[in-house]
Amino acid sequence: MNDPHLAGLPGAIVHDEVVPARAPWLHPVAKGQTLRIVDLEGNQAVDFLLYSAADDAERYSAQDTVAAQGNLFLREGTVLRSNEGRPMMTIAASAVPYHDTIGGACSCESNTLRYGHHTKSQHACVENFLEANLTQGRGKRDIVSNINFFMNVPVEPDGSLGIVDGLSAPGLTVDLRAEMDVVVVVSNCPQINNPCNAFNPTPVRMIVCA
Amino acid sequence: MTQTLAPVPAHQLADPLAAREHARSQGGTVAESMPVLPPVADDLPEGVSPEDLVWEETIAAGGYATRRLSRGARLRLIDLKGDACASLLVFNAELPTERLNVADTVKVQWNAYLGEGKLLLSDMGRAMMSILADTAGTHDTFCGVSNAATNAAKYGEGRNSGPYPNGRDRFLLGAAKHGLSRRDVHPCITLFKGTRIEPDGTVVPQVGPFEPGRSIMLRAEMEVIVVIANCPHVLDPRVDYTVTPLRATAWRGPVTPADDPVRNATPEGLRAFLNVEDHFRR
Repeated sequence: MNDPHLAGLPGAIVHDEVVPARAPWLHPVAKGQTLRIVDLEGNQAVDFLLYSAADDAERYSAQDTVAAQGNLFLREGTVLRSNEGRPMMTIAASAVPYHDTIGGACSCESNTLRYGHHTKSQHACVENFLEANLTQGRGKRDIVSNINFFMNVPVEPDGSLGIVDGLSAPGLTVDLRAEMDVVVVVSNCPQINNPCNAFNPTPVRMIVCA
Repeated sequence: MTQTLAPVPAHQLADPLAAREHARSQGGTVAESMPVLPPVADDLPEGVSPEDLVWEETIAAGGYATRRLSRGARLRLIDLKGDACASLLVFNAELPTERLNVADTVKVQWNAYLGEGKLLLSDMGRAMMSILADTAGTHDTFCGVSNAATNAAKYGEGRNSGPYPNGRDRFLLGAAKHGLSRRDVHPCITLFKGTRIEPDGTVVPQVGPFEPGRSIMLRAEMEVIVVIANCPHVLDPRVDYTVTPLRATAWRGPVTPADDPVRNATPEGLRAFLNVEDHFRR
């Protein structure tokens, strides 16, 4: 075992896949399993949604998660909660200090607001979320405020906020333990107009272990 | 929440005409929380014709209300007694898969604190509503609403059918009245009860109680459905279920003109208006 990305995993690997830059990814994670996300090249935002495998109208809720812990930032120990307040996953370990859940996902439409209508044809996270969710019968109504692993969105005293340089570096990881059977939907963020991916989208590695 | 009715004398229970008489005798009863039909308001802003009034309702403490509003309509909410907590869902009434996107609302405007001049943005990059006036200044984009579990933990229970209804279940009922369901109850904003964020990310609730009469006025920038839940803020630290009635008034108004200062305040906001104007280019 010379692969440093596998260090400290709690069990046998059941799935191991590199998600190309800009691509979607969907995978089930059973209760008790751990998903490790590896930021292979550093400063890559991983836009992330969760659905209950048993009832996908129950899904990750950024607002329930923030309210339950009384803090905006997702850190080691944070419980990722559903829209019904139930624990879906726990951040079991994180090599970066915190992750974002207020910045949402880029979309062709929001890109027109943030950068101008010339960006409308660029690929975006909501396109990835839609493409992945459509394979399981979910659609636009099922896309809610997401997590952005490895992304940094500080809030200033006057409420100012923005996506700034990431806190990550090549090979840094976050481990998520499933507290219920979930479906993970990821967009490996294709954004090239802000610092969330250091203006250069790169691959990430997804490892599921028992 | 539920009005207590006078007991029905036993001799009326088997007599439909007497039951009808009993039911009809309730007509005209005035309660603190109720809609007024047709709407009447004696405090409309100067220049607003009473004929343009479309909605006048006082939403119960712990209750909810929902309404379709036309493009250009003004919606004024008043915290009558200082403890209203107006959590808000917004849908495009013509195509409800388009709805308020709280993350885009704060990200696109580079600020998380709502107030006069701010826009509520949809997930299609369009302005849904804009905030024309705000005397409250304490609003929340981060914490959403209470749910059955959080109210059960705080108050002992949180069911719609009990004394301490929770925000999410209120939203579910309100959305259902438009044919919408659990998948449609999206992240919300809350007006009148606020949050402020400390540098380490700590969420500090601002729950008052505040002075009575604070108000906020919004303008619909497209055909919208609003669902309003008036339940205690999920981070309200008070042991008792504390919430007071919320007054909603709406009237017809002109569609936002090209020289509107809110429309033109920022480049991002202007593009959100260009997108909604494009939506109506038919």
